[in-house]
Amino acid sequence: MVGLQDHFFIASPGDSVESLPEHGGTNKIGAAFETPSGRRLINPKDYMDIISSTRPNLWASLADEVPAWVTEKRNRLSIDRTLKWLDDCLSLDQEKGASTLGAVVGGPNIEHRKKCATEVSMRNVSGFYLGGFGLGESIEERSALLNAVTNILPEEKIRFVSRLGLPEEVLQGVAAGIDLFDSTYIYHLTLGGFALVFPLDILGEAPEALLRNSSNDYTKINLHATIYRKDTSPIVDKCSCYTCQNHTRAYLNHLLNVHEMLAQILLEIHNTHHYLGFFRSIRRALKQEKFELFRERFMESRRVHLMEAVPYS
Amino acid sequence: MALQFEVVGRFNRARASKLTLPHYVVQTPMFMPVGTQGTIKGLTNRQLEDIGCQIILGNTYHLALRPGAELIDELGGLHKFMNWKRGLLTDSGGFQMVSLLHLADITEEGVTFQSPVDGKPMLLTPEESIQIQNKIGADIIMALDDVVRTTITGPRIEEAMYRTLRWMDRCIAAHKRPDAQNLFGIVQGGLDPVLRDICVRGLVERNLPGYAIGGLAGGEDKDSFWRVVAQCTAALPEDKPRYVMGVGYPLDIVVCSALGADMYDCVYPTRTARFGTALVPEGVLKLKHNAMASDERPIDSTCSCMVCKNYTRAYIHSLVTRDAMGSQLLSYHNLSYMMRLSKDLHMSIVEGRFPEYVRGFLRTQFPKGDVPQWVCNAMEVAGIDISSCCAPVPV
Repeated sequence: MVGLQDHFFIASPGDSVESLPEHGGTNKIGAAFETPSGRRLINPKDYMDIISSTRPNLWASLADEVPAWVTEKRNRLSIDRTLKWLDDCLSLDQEKGASTLGAVVGGPNIEHRKKCATEVSMRNVSGFYLGGFGLGESIEERSALLNAVTNILPEEKIRFVSRLGLPEEVLQGVAAGIDLFDSTYIYHLTLGGFALVFPLDILGEAPEALLRNSSNDYTKINLHATIYRKDTSPIVDKCSCYTCQNHTRAYLNHLLNVHEMLAQILLEIHNTHHYLGFFRSIRRALKQEKFELFRERFMESRRVHLMEAVPYS
Repeated sequence: MALQFEVVGRFNRARASKLTLPHYVVQTPMFMPVGTQGTIKGLTNRQLEDIGCQIILGNTYHLALRPGAELIDELGGLHKFMNWKRGLLTDSGGFQMVSLLHLADITEEGVTFQSPVDGKPMLLTPEESIQIQNKIGADIIMALDDVVRTTITGPRIEEAMYRTLRWMDRCIAAHKRPDAQNLFGIVQGGLDPVLRDICVRGLVERNLPGYAIGGLAGGEDKDSFWRVVAQCTAALPEDKPRYVMGVGYPLDIVVCSALGADMYDCVYPTRTARFGTALVPEGVLKLKHNAMASDERPIDSTCSCMVCKNYTRAYIHSLVTRDAMGSQLLSYHNLSYMMRLSKDLHMSIVEGRFPEYVRGFLRTQFPKGDVPQWVCNAMEVAGIDISSCCAPVPV
């Protein structure tokens, strides 16, 4: 229907732009989401109707995702519900779990997380959706929670997490054993007129060169800024995306200033390309068994520049 | 003169041509999409090339405001700034001045108006307009003319026509790049054949690279519209291109081409796309309509554009009004339609089947035979027999 027949399609009930999990509205009947047409409650049966119509390659089971600050009682309730809904979804699934990512929740509580992970692993699923992340937990406490879950999950099955978008968060997820990510990072960057510029070839460059490199110092640049008015260079030198191959920072600055739709289109093309390139670098580092070094170097180069960079807006 | 105009096919007054410009060789009849601020809303250059766009319009008024003529010049001209490799045409800025701005005042010197930036009085003179257009660097530039709406009557029309001729001379004098940019004159004179005739003769005397027919497409009745076009095309030189400004609807383009015009521009295809309307051989298709929600056909089964090959009416219906992509897909299709229309007009003339093409076009748009009277009148003058398309008129 959307003309992307040769692409892989994963479905999950939440999406950080138009369908935000609203734990306050979730009850025993179904999970609540805030959408452009108001709050919607969806139960396993309706959810499976959508799944069987849209026919994704993989789908996450319906979960009660709660943020990090809920009470222990609420947290335990979310686990019970999520497991029940997983079983409900599976019983309605014509493929018997062959495309299912079982949702694992448990909030900020390590023991709860482990218990839930163990339970979900016993079901007949093809992979796992680690729910409840990116909803307010701190980046420090997240590692322990992610690892608590992935240590229990079977090695050979896929792990998917939502709402971890910043490069540092992605690296954190990869380190903990996550395979699939989705987030609105690119979407929000583009809306704000930002373009990603951080260096991708972390391992290729000598560490000192990375730190000294002044043309690609920061994560991103905002093309609204007047310093780009006459900048005839591409967003990122030698980037092979359509935008960098055909257009200049000056043209993008103009398009943003006159509120032309083409600005977002061109920025989205570049940002997507750049971000996917980041993932490609990660895969390469993993294959070369240099991921920890990659992560270390990446974080180093950011720390130095954060000290002298413009305030993060 | 920086162009070559070669007629490669004819049928009575209609002609197909090959027009060689500094940046591109175009085929006429030809429709030019309007890219106001240096972009056609939401479409990339590659998409425009895929669609077959040959020349796009840039708007002098808007570009002079942002990013500014100086900046465009400094960065190598509009072609380089946008990275558009084909033809560009800029208008004089006069029309926007008059239609967009309150308290615009036209004097012999130029158009005085309030700057939208800081409210200060500003003056656009013929010299200034040409200077800005020289900096922008388009293949074709337009003279600053004194435009009046065809719905106005009285001495103002005559005044505007003579002033247009005087401003023409000032534009010619101010034009610093005649070897790289073609300055077209614009025929004014309202709906008065006498005034139009004086204006045509005056412009032809100045031996310009091309001529535009202006002051139309502003609310006049269709019967007056085609007569002005017919009069001008009859009087303008055979060996120079003729551009009817602000046209328009596919039907109007077919009629004007039959009468001997070559080039057209209009915001209609892209603007109507943003309201959810698609152009099809039968007329228009309103994608917002509830019936579209379950219609799994492409917009137009005879269209081979990317949109019609990949998307259904139902899907576009679900996007239109909710998501920018809806209007983008429709703009893509509508411009494809206009380029296909241009190509069909050109090829049917070259291949000696222009009247058949016109009849086919009219039958598809008016299956009940209710071809408007003005079209019948115009086709008679154009020497094309469309009696088989028209249902017999009840006595």
